[in-house]
Amino acid sequence: MPEKKTFKITHNRKWCKNCGICVAVCPKKVFKIDRNDRHAIVNPQDCIGCQMCVEHCPDFALAVEEVKNE
Amino acid sequence: MRLDFLRGERLPNIWCPGCGNGIVLHALLEAIDQLQLDPDKVVLVSGIGCSSRAPAYTAFDNVHTLHGRAIPVATGIKLANLDLTVIVVTGDGDSSAIGGNHLIHAARRDVNITVVVFNNYNYGMTGGQASPLTPISSITTTTPNGNLDRPFDLVKLAAGAGATYVARSGIYFTKHLVDHLRKAIAHDGFSLVDAVAQCPTYFGRFNKKGSAGQMVTSQKDWMVLKSVAEKKTPEELAGKIIIGEFVNIERHAPVSAAAPKEQA
Ligand SMILES: Cc1ncc(C[n+]2csc(CCOP(=O)(O)OP(=O)(O)O)c2C)c(N)n1
Ligand code: SF4
Ligand code: SF4
Ligand code: SF4
Ligand SMILES: [Mg+2]
Repeated sequence: MPEKKTFKITHNRKWCKNCGICVAVCPKKVFKIDRNDRHAIVNPQDCIGCQMCVEHCPDFALAVEEVKNE
Repeated sequence: MRLDFLRGERLPNIWCPGCGNGIVLHALLEAIDQLQLDPDKVVLVSGIGCSSRAPAYTAFDNVHTLHGRAIPVATGIKLANLDLTVIVVTGDGDSSAIGGNHLIHAARRDVNITVVVFNNYNYGMTGGQASPLTPISSITTTTPNGNLDRPFDLVKLAAGAGATYVARSGIYFTKHLVDHLRKAIAHDGFSLVDAVAQCPTYFGRFNKKGSAGQMVTSQKDWMVLKSVAEKKTPEELAGKIIIGEFVNIERHAPVSAAAPKEQA
């Protein structure tokens, strides 16, 4: 079985406006807007690296890169 | 997208949370990156509006002009230096209302520039007034009982005026948007891309379109790919916006002006 790929999600808190678009477009429910109306990464292990969140974040606050384990 | 295309020191941007302008800007920077253009030879020119602030967040040379006047300034830049790739960043109001005449005549003359319309169906910057692209019946600050007027179909307007590349896309369809922006920039001749984006603060709130996230994902429900639309009946397409490439033709070749008369 091919090994499951893992991804590193980088979130720039200084640029994020907690708009929730990444929550709406992510197919794997990786993010949520928490009880304090703040962006939170809740299920990073489920990320499939599709880049939907990165391409739809209006504030350039997300990056998702594959973690290569040699 | 190359992060060095952004002026990080100017961020976070001034736009409201969830504003679609940042998504169009991201796609535009990606398209420029894919074309491998020399960053020193790219110029962005904008008018006035929330969307027109986009160029100032980029590392490219840019001019933030007057409301509606980006196209004539861009035309001048292009004519002065044909080596430059000149891209106009404009809003639906900026391009189709106050700047509408510049748009049709640049299309008619087939000026070799690319116009990217950040179309959020209203004047965001001034508080959500109706623009010539606001859909019929929509609520805006100036149409509190619903817009009585029909909007322009910007694609048909540009095509009718003589543009040689015309496409429409939406911010949900980021790959589609990037592809069409890339083709528009690479096209030799006047190109226009109608990039449909959300203004959650005004158009979205007045018309009960839900959260910014819902405004993004709902584009799947009301936008139809041109290839799919071609197989549908007019009834099935009622209320839908068609996205894709509408015009892609050879540049209009001007007949050379009469040779100047010899001085006697
Ligand atoms: C000559 C002139 N008239 C009016 C205005 C006021 N004004 C500023 S932005 C704008 C409309 C912007 O709408 P749009 O181009 O759709 O941009 P958006 O803010 O929606 O991105 C208007 C009417 C102005 N700045 N200059
Ligand atoms: S889309 Fe971007 S700005 Fe909006 S909540 Fe997510 S990370 Fe923050
Ligand atoms: S890359 Fe895809 S799966 Fe991973 S967090 Fe972003 S949207 Fe979710
Ligand atoms: S008013 Fe509308 S267009 Fe302007 S920044 Fe806010 S959401 Fe964006
Ligand atoms: Mg607008």
